[in-house]
Amino acid sequence: MAEPTPSTMPTPPAANDGSAPAFIELRGVYKRFGKQEVLRGINLTLQHGETLCIIGPSGEGKTVLMKHIIGLIKPDKGEIYVDGVHVNRLKEREMAPIRKKVSMLFQGAALFDNLTVEQNVAFPLLEHGVRDRKEIDRRVREALQAVDLDEHRTKFPTALSGGMRKRTGIARAIIDHSECILYDEPNSGLDPIGSDIIDQMILRMQRRFSITSIIVTHDMRSIFKISNRVAMLYRGEIRFLGTPDELRNTDDKIVQDFINGRSDITC
Amino acid sequence: MDFPSGLLTVPGRTFLHFLAYLGQLTALMQELLIAFRSGVWRLRLVAHQIVAIGYGSQAVVIVTGAFTGAVFTFQSYAKFKDFGFETTVGAVVSVALCRELGPVLAGLMVAGRVGAAMAADIGTMKVTEQVDALRVMGVHPVDYLVLPRFLAMMISMPFLVAESISFGLFASYLVTSFGYDMPSTWYLNHMLEHTNMEDLSIGMIKGFVFGMLITLISCHQGLAAENGAVGVGAGTTRAVVISSLVMLIVNFFLSLLLNYIFPIGTV
Repeated sequence: MAEPTPSTMPTPPAANDGSAPAFIELRGVYKRFGKQEVLRGINLTLQHGETLCIIGPSGEGKTVLMKHIIGLIKPDKGEIYVDGVHVNRLKEREMAPIRKKVSMLFQGAALFDNLTVEQNVAFPLLEHGVRDRKEIDRRVREALQAVDLDEHRTKFPTALSGGMRKRTGIARAIIDHSECILYDEPNSGLDPIGSDIIDQMILRMQRRFSITSIIVTHDMRSIFKISNRVAMLYRGEIRFLGTPDELRNTDDKIVQDFINGRSDITC
Repeated sequence: MDFPSGLLTVPGRTFLHFLAYLGQLTALMQELLIAFRSGVWRLRLVAHQIVAIGYGSQAVVIVTGAFTGAVFTFQSYAKFKDFGFETTVGAVVSVALCRELGPVLAGLMVAGRVGAAMAADIGTMKVTEQVDALRVMGVHPVDYLVLPRFLAMMISMPFLVAESISFGLFASYLVTSFGYDMPSTWYLNHMLEHTNMEDLSIGMIKGFVFGMLITLISCHQGLAAENGAVGVGAGTTRAVVISSLVMLIVNFFLSLLLNYIFPIGTV
């Protein structure tokens, strides 16, 4: 089956109005690696069903911030709550219930090289105790159909293109019905069509499963296509937080320079 | 004259690094015990590892054992003959192979072959975020990556040591019987008379302990790998070097302990 072609731009689903309790909340998060202070007092909340894009210059801690949410990195200071649970107090083995709710697409997809596409996608089910072979096959098929990869199920990751690897990663992230997916640069290294296909996938996930999403990206087109809100991380702090329209119209020179690709930002 | 602080700084820092390393190994051992006690042993992965470790190391261990036994016999026969003790070669070679040469040489060969592979496999998974992907899916890396290797090693290593000893003795028998025309009955009688179950047990116990050390040290190096391919290469080298050195040091103290439990020369 051919890869899907880019379609007309759908609007992202509406976010929660903010009256409900936050699904993800960061309060005064600090992180330092050696002498480099990467995060300096990050405060951020995200409602159920919301899509937040995080932008900012490379090396500013966007991925680090995302890894804090899923507990891959612990903050030096501050609190992180996911669905009301204070995650940075949990030990590694206590994180499992949170990680059933929140999954992550890594920048390089992080597929297991020794497993086929379908084995990679089925992995979370098997590890979470699903043993019914028919049930596993059905859910793998559904997940792969959702990302248009059903025909490539027997291939190994090395035989896939960058876009297909990322779509396999998305299928693996959604198969166990996660409530939230963190996407780490889902468009990086892809051509414009491949990038649009990934955007369509993310939108489809949002519409079909009301998935809460946080997307670290440098692709400005994607931001305006898929996000409800945008946060810009700059020098360890959130420099801008608002809707895509507010981003477009902000008079903050640093933000404008960044979204328009002007190099003054580094001066 | 001021005391040069650098004289204390370097050994002090080395000592602190050593303590930190011991702490990390202890933490890994603790996680391994938790994983072991959980009862989720992933037997399919254990079987896969037994094939990779046990079956895959046969040639290396057999060749090492056989040629060590042969050359040890060749060298000792000539000297023993000067004293008229040549008929005792079988006993000396047998006890030496069972108590020291069999387990130590098999351990060193397995550290080179299997330890390096463990560190490289896990290290590659670490730097390509596959280990983080496991964690994100709620799977503890020690449960999935270390425990199956550990169990497979505990099962395989005593067999590999036994093979090394057996082929060493067989080669020794061939050298004395066909190389020096010693009546095979002399060789066999002396060997059987002076080798007992305690000697064999020492070899098996040492193999078991060396297997645990190799797995622990190599998996730790893999899990600690950083900085891409260079980090994986460095971790792999360290895994082999540390495993080999630790094995030789532990072998000395283990010999003292086991000699105390199973005294040599009482038959």
